[in-house]
Amino acid sequence: MKTKRMLLKSAAVILALTVAGPAAAQANKPIPVVATFSILGDMVERIGGEHVAVVTLVGPDGDAHVYQPTPADARAVNKAKVLVVNGLEFEGWLDRLIDASDFNGMRVKATDGIEPIPFEEGADHAKHDDDEKHKDHGKQDEHAKDDDHGAFDPHAWQSLSNAVVYVDNITATLSKADSSNAATYYMNRAAYVAEIQALDADIRAIVAKLPADRRTVVTSHDAFQYFGRDYGLTFLAPQGLSTESAVSAKDIAHLIEQIREQRIPAVFMENISDPRLLKQIANETRAAIGGTLYPGALSAPNGPARTYLRMMRHNATALARALGS
Amino acid sequence: MIWDAIFQPFADFGFMRRALLGCFAISVGATPVGVFLMLRRMSLTGDAMAHAILPGAAVGYLIAGLSLGAMTIGGLIAGMAVALLSGLVTRVTALREDASLAAFYLISLALGVLIVSTRGSNVDLMHVLFGTVLALDDAALILLCSITSLSVLILAALFRLLVLECADPQFLRSVSGLSALTHFIFLALVVLNLVGGFHALGTLMAVGIMILPAAAARFWATSIGGLVLVAIAVAMLSSLIGLLLSFHYSLPSGPAIILVAGVAYGISLLFGPSGGLIAQAMPRRHSEV
Repeated sequence: MKTKRMLLKSAAVILALTVAGPAAAQANKPIPVVATFSILGDMVERIGGEHVAVVTLVGPDGDAHVYQPTPADARAVNKAKVLVVNGLEFEGWLDRLIDASDFNGMRVKATDGIEPIPFEEGADHAKHDDDEKHKDHGKQDEHAKDDDHGAFDPHAWQSLSNAVVYVDNITATLSKADSSNAATYYMNRAAYVAEIQALDADIRAIVAKLPADRRTVVTSHDAFQYFGRDYGLTFLAPQGLSTESAVSAKDIAHLIEQIREQRIPAVFMENISDPRLLKQIANETRAAIGGTLYPGALSAPNGPARTYLRMMRHNATALARALGS
Repeated sequence: MIWDAIFQPFADFGFMRRALLGCFAISVGATPVGVFLMLRRMSLTGDAMAHAILPGAAVGYLIAGLSLGAMTIGGLIAGMAVALLSGLVTRVTALREDASLAAFYLISLALGVLIVSTRGSNVDLMHVLFGTVLALDDAALILLCSITSLSVLILAALFRLLVLECADPQFLRSVSGLSALTHFIFLALVVLNLVGGFHALGTLMAVGIMILPAAAARFWATSIGGLVLVAIAVAMLSSLIGLLLSFHYSLPSGPAIILVAGVAYGISLLFGPSGGLIAQAMPRRHSEV
């Protein structure tokens, strides 16, 4: 399988080289691409292969919500020919970084063309997310406070059908920026999309087995709305829990009551937030700790979620294991 | 009604009971240390020490993740290193203690921030460094209670020496070689209690529960024993009221507790019989003490 793909790839390279004659000298050198966080970086690597040199700003296990760009990031963005961003106001720090780095390559917004979920879904969450946004922006991006508090949930990669849109957007831009390798990019895209769709079918099969009354879980930050929409699960993310420093006793009491009343079977920890509080909540209710979910960052290379597809599979199996038991 | 407001939260929720126990442990352990800090005019030392501990805890977190042991040991090492080095510099050079302490804690803080950022982890460290009293697990509670027990025992053993050091350090230094030792053990107690407090309240809030009740007690009691008792009572009441405010009005618990202690300080400042503003404005009656 792998060698076959390699063969195809090299065939495509040769094809591209012959077709794009004048650009051939350039084609050997990978084009510099910057991706804002680990999931986008993984996608770019899958599509671009050896023709791209990807720099990922927020690395594995990093929280892109509260990221502080460094001068090295500005240098990377400055050199980049393509900048891949999520959009939907996920990277609140990005505009300042682009201004500071004098970026003049092509910018692709991966979420272009998806159907975003507004934060208003579930009146309970809406206010919370709003508050949280304000707080976050206050911390990192003063001037963006008014015009930039996201109306939509930015965690769109949690849907595999959205991921296809991501991949298409990235492929189109890479091909435009580096037309000599466009054929390779589209070939890689086809293989990747096939894998994504196969995984989507797998997860649907896994989730379909869950009984209707065991489809609600608690996570520590509201990042799984898209996943929930795709697969018919409900994710509760308690108010205040994502900003651990400002959590109040009332929030926790409310959550505990909710878990007790609705008999929610499991709570999940996340790789990018503090697990201590959730452990306490699980102790106090009968809910099990279902393991660790990866909402918005890949794990380290030796972890269970080192690529986007592994991450999605890991999340789905962890959920199914906790809910199915 | 009153039952509902005050007792029901603790009856219904285990995390509230844990939080209260943790706060009471800190109140009993850290507040007497705060009283001695105040008497020795070292109240700001607590703040400096909290900053010195923070990078140690952060390094512990980076090495071993959210491990109680690693973060405690990291904090202790950083805090003790700063305390010992600044004490040493004070004793062997002409630099005064406040200046050498400031120098070392700033170095420690900068080093910590440097290590954290070169490691490149972007997990918001504030989540880690501001512990929350609502998430105390068994290990953290045991640690807090052990630190408090140890601290109370050591304070009891050193009580006379500490009082002497407060009252007349020159005298103690001239009659006994224990002066330096007492000083270092005392600084160790400060570090130990701050490290314990940072698991519950976060480093910066831990200083609050150490210093504010002591400062408030100053306006009510005149003897050292009285100061300690009043300070502990103020700290415990502040913990209870702060937690209840956090429960009923959805306020973050750490700041709520410290602010209640701040209000207690304000009330003491105004109404305290021993040097409070109103007592000072009233004509003195010399027959009373």
